[in-house]
Amino acid sequence: MLEAQNITGSRSEQLLFRDLNFQALPREIIYVRGPNGAGKTTLLRMLCGLVRPDSGTIFWDGVPIADCESEYHRALAYIGHDNGIKGDLTALENLQFFHRIYCAHSRPSPTQALERLDTSNLAHIPCRYLSAGQKRRVAMARLLILNARLWLLDEPFSGLDESARRIVSDLVAEHLGSDGLCIATSHQPLDYEQFGAKEINLGMAS
Amino acid sequence: MNSPFMALLRRDLLLAFRNPGDLATPVIFFIVTVTLFSFAAGGDLEMLSTIGPGVVWSAALLSAMLSLDGIFRDDYEDGTLEQMLLAPSALTVLVFAKLLAHWLSTGLPLIAVSPVLGILMNLDSDVISILVVTIALSTPVFSLVGAFGAALVVTQRKAGILLSLLTLPLCIPVLIFSVLAVAATASQQPVGGHLSLLCAFLVFSLTIAPFAVAGSLRLMAGD
Repeated sequence: MLEAQNITGSRSEQLLFRDLNFQALPREIIYVRGPNGAGKTTLLRMLCGLVRPDSGTIFWDGVPIADCESEYHRALAYIGHDNGIKGDLTALENLQFFHRIYCAHSRPSPTQALERLDTSNLAHIPCRYLSAGQKRRVAMARLLILNARLWLLDEPFSGLDESARRIVSDLVAEHLGSDGLCIATSHQPLDYEQFGAKEINLGMAS
Repeated sequence: MNSPFMALLRRDLLLAFRNPGDLATPVIFFIVTVTLFSFAAGGDLEMLSTIGPGVVWSAALLSAMLSLDGIFRDDYEDGTLEQMLLAPSALTVLVFAKLLAHWLSTGLPLIAVSPVLGILMNLDSDVISILVVTIALSTPVFSLVGAFGAALVVTQRKAGILLSLLTLPLCIPVLIFSVLAVAATASQQPVGGHLSLLCAFLVFSLTIAPFAVAGSLRLMAGD
């Protein structure tokens, strides 16, 4: 369970949100909404632990995330704006690298993950030759190889075509179905009737 | 072989070999600078062997500086640095793997060509061997100290000058003791003291740098 207590965030001296409180439970998806520049990405980076909140604390299973860093990182998968993919490596090499640094031995292999995202044909092409949407698919394949309970997705659908969107929303549904948590910033609503959904609306501060 | 350390080391070496241009730049700069000096000295062999160690050494230091800017910049820009910060393995271990890869791909070639450049500068064989030893002891220090500077300026797009200002002063002591060691050999004096100090610099930066780099990366990436 992820819990945020009174977190306040700002970027370059500008207040983005103040005293934000929310809880994310298993089988629940939280949408972070708000206009451009409202602090959606900042909030997600804060939930990862990349940025420290100006005040307030984020708890993972009741422990502040700063005190259980390696355990929290093991439970976390973050797909940011940047895909985190090396242009000079092939799709498969990129995923193999993450497979190793996350020590994710029990999860689907990188090849299986690429298959699931319908990108097996790209496995041996250096990623700089891929289109924006294809790169995004490779980044999303990372979700499969990490053994994460909490998914933090920053605009997961940006650049994806119709079929890829369907694949990713199926992945999220499966993840929630296996007691996962998901927090996503997205302009596009996802409808999962069987799972809980909450919204955080940013852009009210200032 | 599948540890996070080996994975990152292998990835960075692979990336270095997929960009042969970047890999070759420091070593070509090194060769060109020293060669130009030997022409500019106008065939005065005696002067060449007097200024030789200093020239080879300054050129080695500047070549090492050339390669520093990119250590973390690419990873920062494509988002892989973010992912490394979020990896469950200790960041210092990953940093150490990156630094080892950096030294293997930039420091080692400098060491390899330095004896040839020593011959070009008309140095005696015992002077050349000490020159190579000092460069071998110092290039890891440049990678380690330079990585600290590179981590601090990782968010700045054009930080070449700032990076040199940050790291060159920290490398000057290494330069001084290396050149002293070479000079001592040339005048048949013992060099043990100078070499021990160089080893001490190396051990010191090996111990401190991975932690300092990891700390500054955390700080800078969470801007």
